[in-house]
Amino acid sequence: MHIKQELTERHVLTLTVDNEAGTLARIAGMFTSRGYNIDSLTVADISEDHTTSRITIVTKGPPPVIDQIIAQCERLIPVHKVTDLTEAGPHVERELALVKVNGTGDQRVEAMRLADIYRARVIDATVSSFIFEITGGPDKIDTFVTLMREVGLVEVGRTGIVGLMRGAGVS
Amino acid sequence: MPEKSGAEILIDILVEQGVDTVFGYPGGAVLPIYDALFQQKKIKHILVRHEAGAAHAAEGYARATGKPGVVLVTSGPGATNAVTGIADAFMDSIPLIVLTGQVATNLIGSDAFQEADTVGITRHCSKHNYLVKDPAELATIVREAFSIATKGRPGPVVIDIPKNVQVATASTDVKRPARSRFTYAGEADYAEINRAVELIANAKAPILYTGGGIINSGPAASEALRELAELTGAPVTSTLMGLGAYPASGDAWLGMLGMHGTYEANMAMNQCDVMVCLGARFDDRVTGRLDAFSPDSVKIHVDIDRSSMNKTVRVDLPIVADVGTAMRQMIDVWKGRKYKKQPLDDWWSRIAGWRAVGCLNYPGSTQEIMPQYAIERLFEATKDKAPIITTEVGQHQMWAAQHFHFDAPNKWLTSGGLGTMGYGLPAAIGAQMGHPDALVIDIAGEASIQMNIQEMATATQYRLPVKVFILNNEWMGMVRQWQELTYESRYSESYSDSLPDFVALAEAYGWKGIRCADPAKLDDAIAEMLAHDGPVMFDCRVHKTANCFPMIPSGAAHTDMILKADQVSGTMDDEAKALV
Repeated sequence: MHIKQELTERHVLTLTVDNEAGTLARIAGMFTSRGYNIDSLTVADISEDHTTSRITIVTKGPPPVIDQIIAQCERLIPVHKVTDLTEAGPHVERELALVKVNGTGDQRVEAMRLADIYRARVIDATVSSFIFEITGGPDKIDTFVTLMREVGLVEVGRTGIVGLMRGAGVS
Repeated sequence: MPEKSGAEILIDILVEQGVDTVFGYPGGAVLPIYDALFQQKKIKHILVRHEAGAAHAAEGYARATGKPGVVLVTSGPGATNAVTGIADAFMDSIPLIVLTGQVATNLIGSDAFQEADTVGITRHCSKHNYLVKDPAELATIVREAFSIATKGRPGPVVIDIPKNVQVATASTDVKRPARSRFTYAGEADYAEINRAVELIANAKAPILYTGGGIINSGPAASEALRELAELTGAPVTSTLMGLGAYPASGDAWLGMLGMHGTYEANMAMNQCDVMVCLGARFDDRVTGRLDAFSPDSVKIHVDIDRSSMNKTVRVDLPIVADVGTAMRQMIDVWKGRKYKKQPLDDWWSRIAGWRAVGCLNYPGSTQEIMPQYAIERLFEATKDKAPIITTEVGQHQMWAAQHFHFDAPNKWLTSGGLGTMGYGLPAAIGAQMGHPDALVIDIAGEASIQMNIQEMATATQYRLPVKVFILNNEWMGMVRQWQELTYESRYSESYSDSLPDFVALAEAYGWKGIRCADPAKLDDAIAEMLAHDGPVMFDCRVHKTANCFPMIPSGAAHTDMILKADQVSGTMDDEAKALV
């Protein structure tokens, strides 16, 4: 007997949650205990009175599992609202990455040139290193990171994505 | 401004929430609460002998009374011992408030004596949990906890209270508004109800598949089910958890469905054209092989929990609502539109054919007590006394579900979802506390009963006349049955060796002990048990190798039931073995 794998879809979910101790553990742990995937997760306080946080989760699974993930999230007491941005229609996704590249000579020049093409900003520089800051969709950042590997990438930090619906609607 | 300690505030709010009974066990981190309990008279504390017993007793109390059960245990091992009961209540949607002591806030995280991360441990086996850091928050939290535990789909809520929070004081005259940050389903959308009623009214072969949600919704839901079944003329089957919602003596009753359900219930589920799932959740014990589950039916699913929809079985009409309210709406629409009961003669005659198989028949014996016979005789002897039956987990549980018949809700308390051996005795104690005058019987197996046997002392202490009826076959019978079905009878560790003398044990605890091994003497022995005004342990020596049939083997469809022992094969493929 072999374990069967199912075809999966990538979905971006946003959750509005109470900003209190244990909320993140509750959500992240629910994903683990029910065997769901988390590709990335971001969380930050978003309300004026600091009572509410917004969590963006990128997950993947077959459509019925995505539906279950949403229902299971909604079932948690501190979760007020769950939106599946992928289902909701046009939306923007943005991620920030910091990319450290070490090198000298031509490699350094090439890194600089590529960074310029990708509109990455230099936020730290020494004679042998750069740190670039790049924002964009996950695909753009993936491509940039791949290119930087060729020219001396030594370290990368990524925030995971945040997303909002396009237009006047709110998620 | 008057101030009270956290412990006193806690007691005040428990009283305000209508709590009169708490099941618990003291320890270092809850001493302030125990001292506050000592100084009041409104709440009765039941001292269990193990914290697992406290949680199951509270479950039994909750299931028998419909009120939330309250547990009070200390930090560390007190809390971890209660976890099985919390998980059990979570699976079976039983409202519990579990109060756990915790080390002082300044010691949390320091690996202090009897420290455990209770909130972390119970996070995914409770409906919600709290760590209280200030006595000023206590009133709000406890009120919200009761609301969460009892509303929507019920469940256990854990409140972890550090010792210094129990001792520290806070103002009591702050009237904080109750938080209401969660919503729960109530009435169904009428468009959905109309569609459901149309489907049922035009069905040629409808079935009502009912579950524990109807019990949880309250007695009115059971009333509504009876009326709905009468109006529609549809047959009714139920999960293990829903037994009693529709009377077993009712005309439309098919018996329980699922792995050890009746042939007629499972065949009707397979062959129906409209399935109305009412407060049940398509559990794997019910569906059998998913791709063969009721292939040609339109499925309506009423559940209060949105996450139950389409979890395992895709349904055509999901209705997120309180099942009692939704059934009442269906009845109103049915009557309002003057629908007539369909002549379902063809459907009922097919059902009669399946019933004629006599799937619950078993080989009789004049030499030995057959376990099914023991349950039948127990039922005959007690049916006029409206008994509350609890069970442990295993063959005896399934035989009880098959051969004991329930006509009312809240009379059948069993661990369905988690399948916890050791549930029955403490649950019986809890049920007896809730209903002091009721006849409460734990139908047990000789293996399961040993898992919380220490609770015999609790029954003795509070003079609770619970009866424990042990079907003693000297085997962990369900394990042995699966080993026969799946592992060519390699009986790995399933023999109940070194059993205690249950009669002597009963006497040691101040109970009455009865032993019976002769079918001719069984009725008299049962009568003796019932006549005794006090707790009784009945060691019913039954046929040792009887197995529980009918059975849908794991990985099989409803239509592939094993009806008799001689249909059992010796092995299974890996796909089936991998299923629980």
